[in-house]
Amino acid sequence: MGALPDISRRSVLLGSGALVLSFSLRPAGAQTITSPGDETQNFQAIAEPAPELPGSLKTNPNLDSWIRIDATGKGTIFTGKAELGQGIKTAVLQVAAEELEMPFEQLSLVGPDTSESPNEGYTAGSHSVQDSGTAIRNAAAQVRDILIAQAAQRLSLPAEQLKAEAGAVVAPDGRRLGYGELVAADLLHVEAQPTSRLKPSAAFREMGKPRQRIDIPGKVTGGAAYVQDMRPDGMLHGRVVRPPSPGARLRKLDTAPAEALPGVVKVVRNGSFVGVLAEKEWQAIKAMRLLAAGAEWEERPTLPKAAELPAVLMAMPHEDGIVADDRKPVAGGKTHEATFTRPYQIHGSIGPSCALAHLDNGTTTVWTHTQGVYPDQKAIAEMLGVPVTQVRCIHAEGSGCYGHNGADDAAADAALLAQAAPGRPVRLQWMREQEHAWEPFSPGMVTKARATVDDKGTVVDWNYELWSNSHNSRPGSAGNLLPAQWLENAFQPDAPKLQITKEGNGDRNSNPLYAFPSRHVVWHFLPEMPLRVSALRGLGAYMNVFSIENFMDDLAVAAKADPVEYRLRHLQDPRARDVVTKAAERFGWKAGQAAPENHGYGFAFARYKNLAAYCAVAMEVMVEPETGRVRMLRANAAVDAGEIVNPNGIANQVQGGIIQAASWTLYEGVSFDDTRVTSVDWSTYPILRFDTLPDRVDVDIIPRPDQPFLGAGECSQGPGGAALANAITQAIGRRIYDLPLSRDKIRAATGA
Amino acid sequence: MVTLSVNGQSHAIDAEPDTPLLYVLRDDLKLHGAKYGCGLGQCGSCTVLVDGEAVLSCVTPILLLEGRQITTVEGLGTIEAPGPMQQAFIEEQAAQCGYCIPGMMMRAQALLQKDPSASDDAIRAHMEPNLCRCGTHMRIMAAIKRAGALMQTASTSTERAG
Amino acid sequence: MKLVRVLLALVAVLLIGLGGFVAYAWQPTIDPIEPSQAASFDPALVKRGAELAAIGNCAVCHTAPGGAILAGGLALPTPFGTIYATNITPDPDTGIGRWSEAAFTRAMRKGVDREGNHLYPAFPFDHFTHVTDTDNKALYAFLMTRKPIAAEAPANDLPFPLNIRMAVAGWKLLFFREGVYQPDTSKDEIWNRGAYLAEGLGHCGACHTPRNSLGAEKRGEHFAGGEAEGWSAYPINAASLAPIPWTVDSLTHYLRDGWEDVHGVARGPMAPVTANLGAVPQEDARAIATYVASVMGEPSPERKARAERLMAEPATHRPGAVVQTAGSQTVPVSATPENAGAAIYAAACSTCHDAGRPVPYGGLPLRLSTAMYGDTPANPINVILYGLPAPEGEKGPIMPGFAGVLDDDKMAALLAYMRSTFSDRPAWPDPRKLTADIRAGHEATDIRSLPTGSNAPANPSKRETAW
Repeated sequence: MGALPDISRRSVLLGSGALVLSFSLRPAGAQTITSPGDETQNFQAIAEPAPELPGSLKTNPNLDSWIRIDATGKGTIFTGKAELGQGIKTAVLQVAAEELEMPFEQLSLVGPDTSESPNEGYTAGSHSVQDSGTAIRNAAAQVRDILIAQAAQRLSLPAEQLKAEAGAVVAPDGRRLGYGELVAADLLHVEAQPTSRLKPSAAFREMGKPRQRIDIPGKVTGGAAYVQDMRPDGMLHGRVVRPPSPGARLRKLDTAPAEALPGVVKVVRNGSFVGVLAEKEWQAIKAMRLLAAGAEWEERPTLPKAAELPAVLMAMPHEDGIVADDRKPVAGGKTHEATFTRPYQIHGSIGPSCALAHLDNGTTTVWTHTQGVYPDQKAIAEMLGVPVTQVRCIHAEGSGCYGHNGADDAAADAALLAQAAPGRPVRLQWMREQEHAWEPFSPGMVTKARATVDDKGTVVDWNYELWSNSHNSRPGSAGNLLPAQWLENAFQPDAPKLQITKEGNGDRNSNPLYAFPSRHVVWHFLPEMPLRVSALRGLGAYMNVFSIENFMDDLAVAAKADPVEYRLRHLQDPRARDVVTKAAERFGWKAGQAAPENHGYGFAFARYKNLAAYCAVAMEVMVEPETGRVRMLRANAAVDAGEIVNPNGIANQVQGGIIQAASWTLYEGVSFDDTRVTSVDWSTYPILRFDTLPDRVDVDIIPRPDQPFLGAGECSQGPGGAALANAITQAIGRRIYDLPLSRDKIRAATGA
Repeated sequence: MVTLSVNGQSHAIDAEPDTPLLYVLRDDLKLHGAKYGCGLGQCGSCTVLVDGEAVLSCVTPILLLEGRQITTVEGLGTIEAPGPMQQAFIEEQAAQCGYCIPGMMMRAQALLQKDPSASDDAIRAHMEPNLCRCGTHMRIMAAIKRAGALMQTASTSTERAG
Repeated sequence: MKLVRVLLALVAVLLIGLGGFVAYAWQPTIDPIEPSQAASFDPALVKRGAELAAIGNCAVCHTAPGGAILAGGLALPTPFGTIYATNITPDPDTGIGRWSEAAFTRAMRKGVDREGNHLYPAFPFDHFTHVTDTDNKALYAFLMTRKPIAAEAPANDLPFPLNIRMAVAGWKLLFFREGVYQPDTSKDEIWNRGAYLAEGLGHCGACHTPRNSLGAEKRGEHFAGGEAEGWSAYPINAASLAPIPWTVDSLTHYLRDGWEDVHGVARGPMAPVTANLGAVPQEDARAIATYVASVMGEPSPERKARAERLMAEPATHRPGAVVQTAGSQTVPVSATPENAGAAIYAAACSTCHDAGRPVPYGGLPLRLSTAMYGDTPANPINVILYGLPAPEGEKGPIMPGFAGVLDDDKMAALLAYMRSTFSDRPAWPDPRKLTADIRAGHEATDIRSLPTGSNAPANPSKRETAW
């Protein structure tokens, strides 16, 4: 990469020069943020949404916000959803190619950019295909029909006689008009219609077919694939010095040794925010270390007692949110209860967060791997004290984020440093210790399940409580950007608010899909955040599904029932029953089948958010009693994600989710003393390595042609983790209720 | 001034001798394959080959590398003509975010150059130092097996041709 | 190589051919019993037995990598052949299921198996002879309540005449003093407890006492330093090299946790010892520490002064000082091209070892490291070449191995620099050759430090399965 990509919108829109399509941005006033997959509490809903439109067309109704076709017949698709490693670029192009009747290869994609792409809020909550895919599919179908209508006019033929194929409209007599010839100014600058003429899945040639991801060849050959790889001319390297602890304030800073290092351009200090700019990266790192050594901090103990975390959480002031209340009088039966706990956990991106910022002519452009360019634009503008129009955020891929990691904070760091070097692009990357200690964690949680059962052990009354912070502190306002909290004129984070939504937050998946006749589900919402927390893949779903599915196994044991039968007994949704049956069948699950010694079989099920994909997982593990080591041996997952765009992509996500959840379940927890976070690298926060890997993880996708897309990116973590725990429980004969299921706990449970 | 041989080409590097190889590859030579992951030798994202051995470039100062043959993922092939390891990762679609993948490929390359038919257990043990967070491990394993097979086919056909 | 010396000793003994030897050497068979029922042992006795077995490190030698625990099969390779650890699970046919308590106690006390065969002194009966009947009873109860595993240990692969077990009797005649530990009435109860454990089950001297040419521990050089499995076992008597003298507190911490603030992390064969001691009552570890500290004695004024000086060195780098995360690495000292060792240290080692991040996750400042003072650089070479691999799924120090980039010459330069900078001892003789030998596998370096890729066990009390 040499010069920075030209950032004027005009040049993009001019394209090949043959045609100028006006590009419809929504008026600035309406640029408050929302997303159809709203996990937010901090954002105002967008004004006047168009609820009858499908997917993200609700908030971005103009067709040319999504699709542009140039005079050569090449198409550009705009998506507001970011590639996070989930393969969204490829999936979105597959959808567009299908409905547009264009060859896949003739399409290219423009990702999130506050000056170009539709505002789709955050890329989160397994919404990419569900929202963007749906919007683009409908937009593409409508564009295709507009092009056919245009051709009908030119050819003086009724539209019904024409068909679109391979990027052209074809008449019965063989005459062809390429899309490039048909498209004209403002042709696509029309609002989407509520209904589109979608192709039936039987006619698909692209969707539902495995397609190789377009980004992988570059990534495996050393292409500049990530924001970390951007190297524009004149670029400076930035590093920040973070405080030693969340309650710290900078008292004194000796900048002289760092400033004396070769290559150091500038030391930046604003309040307790400290950074440095240097010509080369290693110089910046050395300077950062010298600054850190020359900094004196005033620290305060602000953190809770780690060893007593569950009790601390349960004793904190809370506000109750009723997730479900359908209590009916029940005949007295036997009651079972269990309490589950989970420590804080991290996203742990392999590549520490990074951003590139460039202050040029008063406008700060930030290339960031954020999940939401529009929210970042607003928050960064507020932090810098400039109008929103003077900040542009462009998505560039980063290392997988799995939710709200350090991306937005690094973008803010870069933006702050860039102010000190106008005209020069500034690349800022966090150090490993900074990522581990300062990314927003996934909250520590406590859950308590209580069930009353009848004489067959079937649940007649269900009670479930959870104690948790909010799982969302995304920007938001400037105060949600980490560095903004350290500035001389510090910004305060938004106060978290309890909101009970369909999608759920900490309470996501706390209300089981099982057909219990009477139920009560409460979120004890904890507004105080002793550690900074936010969204990690699945939000509360992982812990809630983990708890519910462990408890269901306890109930099955008490009922002397087979875990699969017991679940089916409580499941009425036929699609739920199908995934359970499928996973059990593929695994070779047999009721009452004993596992070999020190082996265990486990099963779990959930429908993500009770709205998205269905997923059931069966797993076999072995446990080494003397060491407490666990190895997964094999797993079978069955998934129903509605209509499938790229089956290979879904299998990859589901398989990855199971492996990732295994790491959360077996190993992970943030450690801290009363002042500082002490898990600051892979040595103090271990995650799964190759040794534990199963021999196989098979994923069966249940085809649901012509059904709506159901987000699948986060559907397997809950069932995967719970199936693993249930398998361990069977192998060692005891259940462990406190995550992670570490070696020590397993050894203690086996008494070996 | 240190002279480094990277992917068969010799480069005169103007950097302080204590600079870890990683930053020289990325900043001076504009080779993006090796990634910064931890700077502590704990995650393997920065793995490259030095004389055929997998080495963590983030903790390897360039002063140790004069006269050694350094290979990065760019040295395994190109996007137009991917080498067997790259081909295998593409065919298996063995990436989610992909950030750890070049490091994975380089460590695997060190193993397969010695033993293209390495067993699953041997691959697991060999890959232990490298971390992946997306959970792509199963596909990485499959890709390494496939790469081994491709390398064997390639060497067999070369022998035949020769 | 203690085993080699043992074998040579056996040859010598055979040549001596003393009259009446056979009478001394002959031991009767003890009748087999019906396999014991697990339930017939008092659980409290079994639990005590488990703790004693941990102190005795039993599972470490009697378990093959990946094998069932205590089922034997671990190969002890020697240039003359290989000895295999036996199965000590209660399997009636391949284990010790038919051993009576009397047979077990005799094995511990005299180094003789149930059938009357002499055991090779790789089994440290010269220490275990000190164990009391009460403790043997508990150990027996523990072993007999383990899961029986049918596993025939491979036959020892030793050439004639080393394969004649009667020969061991000669070695015993020369070096073995049978007898239960006798308390020293001039010392207190804790000291005696510690001496009993350290000299008996703990068999510290097996590694930490040098051996004579016949493979027996030298009587006059108790705890004066030895070697084990390719690692130096440093002196733990008055000759202790530790730059910061050990105290009862620091030793207790080290023995139980496997690391200590100003002494570093246990590695090599010491790692499983500390992992095991982490599972025994605190009082036992403290007793051992008390005894060992008393053997070390009060440090000389010079050592004390040196320790104070070392501890006072730059405060920001003092071990135990928690340095903020962003600064958990520090700036390397400047590298001078004339001194390759210094340059390598500055660029590759200093990042962690001078960072001030506390042990065990941070690197120990090497001026505090006993390894810098050792007679040979075997331990530093092992660690630098092969690193400290990540334990699976557990917190633990991780250090990358540098075998791939440091050739023998660069290693020698680095070691020379470290020795001269971080100790006041004369240069190591020929570190280049030792590096080459270790790299070539000529030194039987312990399994836990194999080259890249191997996973350090999080619980090294058992050699783990590579699965």
